Amino acid sequence: MNRVSRFVVRRLMHGVVLLLALSFLSFALAQWAPGDFYSNLRADPQVSAATVSGLRAQSGLTRPLPVRYIIWLTGLLHGDFGYSLAYHGPVAALLPERIASTLLLTATAVLLAWGLALPLGIWSAAGRRGWLDSLSTAGASLLLAIPELVLAIALLSLAVETGWLPGGGKVSRAHDAMGALARFGDVAWHMVIPVTVLVAGLAPVLMRHVRAALLETMAAPFALSTRAHGIPRRRILFRHLLPAALNPIVSLFGVSLGTLLSASLLVEVITGWPGLGPLFVEAIMARDFALVLSVVMLSAAFLLLGNLAADLLLCRIDPRIRRAEA
Amino acid sequence: MTRRRRIAIALALLAVVHVAALLAGFLAPYPYAEQHRDRPYAPPGNGFLLGTDAYGRDVLSRVLYGARISLFAGLAATLVSLVLGLAAGIAAGYFGGWCDRLLMRGGELMMALPWLYLLLAVRALLPLDISPGAAFLLLAGIIGAAGWVRPARLVRGVVLSARERAFVQAARGFGAGHGYLIRRHLLPLTTSVVVTQATVLAPQYILAEVALSFLGLGVAEPVPSWGNMLAELRHFGALTSHAWMLAPALVLVPVLLMYLVISDTLLDTLNLRQGRGA
Repeated sequence: MNRVSRFVVRRLMHGVVLLLALSFLSFALAQWAPGDFYSNLRADPQVSAATVSGLRAQSGLTRPLPVRYIIWLTGLLHGDFGYSLAYHGPVAALLPERIASTLLLTATAVLLAWGLALPLGIWSAAGRRGWLDSLSTAGASLLLAIPELVLAIALLSLAVETGWLPGGGKVSRAHDAMGALARFGDVAWHMVIPVTVLVAGLAPVLMRHVRAALLETMAAPFALSTRAHGIPRRRILFRHLLPAALNPIVSLFGVSLGTLLSASLLVEVITGWPGLGPLFVEAIMARDFALVLSVVMLSAAFLLLGNLAADLLLCRIDPRIRRAEA
Repeated sequence: MTRRRRIAIALALLAVVHVAALLAGFLAPYPYAEQHRDRPYAPPGNGFLLGTDAYGRDVLSRVLYGARISLFAGLAATLVSLVLGLAAGIAAGYFGGWCDRLLMRGGELMMALPWLYLLLAVRALLPLDISPGAAFLLLAGIIGAAGWVRPARLVRGVVLSARERAFVQAARGFGAGHGYLIRRHLLPLTTSVVVTQATVLAPQYILAEVALSFLGLGVAEPVPSWGNMLAELRHFGALTSHAWMLAPALVLVPVLLMYLVISDTLLDTLNLRQGRGA
């Protein structure tokens, strides 16, 4: 086995161990939680205590904890995420569509945010102390201070008032009657507000990191020596400084990939986007633990994969890391 | 503007908001739950400086009382995080060995979960209908406890390097005990990291409380929190016809901005100092 694949295997094993520990922890916690799906039924005087305990026994809630954990875990490994008591169906059937919706939203937002942040960050670092730098850093700070929640509400009300954009949801009522192209346009039209809010939240963070990474490299002695060699500014920036500043930026890219499943929870809930976020919040309200646990495990797995992707990229671009891993 | 002055101005503005929140009982023109049923959604002016909400409750009073919950839940959570982070960071950095491994592995486990999901999941495990006081403590506890890892890692780093410094070694050579070394030599060295982390965490935690209450998992009506006040705006069009209902956001944004100014300035200073030391 060569060095890189050994590295990948080691990181994967590490991730698996972490996920296993996490699964046990969250499962145990969910079991200790006071109340379950059926305790809400008890509020109804027509439902007797015997009925409730019968239902509990039927869904396997009365078996001992380790047994249930093993059953749940083996199910999980076979792609069986358990039975959602609130939606009366297997969790696995609920998830794909929700995940696809969320990914559509977040992938677009992350791409756009990087597309904005990378050039702006580079530009602002290159022209340090110029008006563009001051303007973009001030703008980024201001955007950072406006919470997604507030921005989403404001944009939605604006959309409802003016009628320029749809006021939430993923498709219009007439969606099913549309042609393929019109359907695509319809979804894209509905994505404008949630994507804008996500980009407004993400891009300033990314921009600040890109700028900071680049500024740090500019302070390095080798940067001064490139200037002394009379290398043109543009070439210094793109051939010498940028590659040297790339490591933290690549790590950040991995992290932003990892948060694809989880970053948009609030925005989805506010704009009524039918993704994983609203499903998760509903599951919590209904105390539907099979669903809650599935979403938690999925998002954790995604985060770990994002970190792995970052490590692999770093390993690919930085020979120092390759050597250290060997 | 010098760093010192920038921080002073931001701190002063924050202090004004916090004191106003503390004095809500004196400043608020009405009790937060008093309903003026004859005047729902009254526009600002005419006895209600910031208008009224759907039940005819005074928005200004609710913003003031809500600040108590939102701002101080954030601060309390920050305190919880920092105390836990300090304890874990010092234990891991100072004692090392299995203690270090256990704590850092545990931290990794916490970091493997998206933060908001973690908060919601933990909140989901606890009863949903509880008294406002209990909800406040619960929120501060959960938010704070979920965030101990980052400060712990930073403190650990500081302690690891501080442990090897000459004056600490010397003190140990003179027979100083663990408690004395930690209290007298290590704790003071963590101050700048802890203070900076406080200004980074506090706005995040204020937002976390707002988000949880917004989702209906925080403080429940009729007790106001900025989160559950903003939740009323989820009805489409509520904002355009009753713009004054956005009042909590108009206080929230400047507060977050002030925290951001302070934490940025502190981080800058810290980086500079480290750069000079290197």
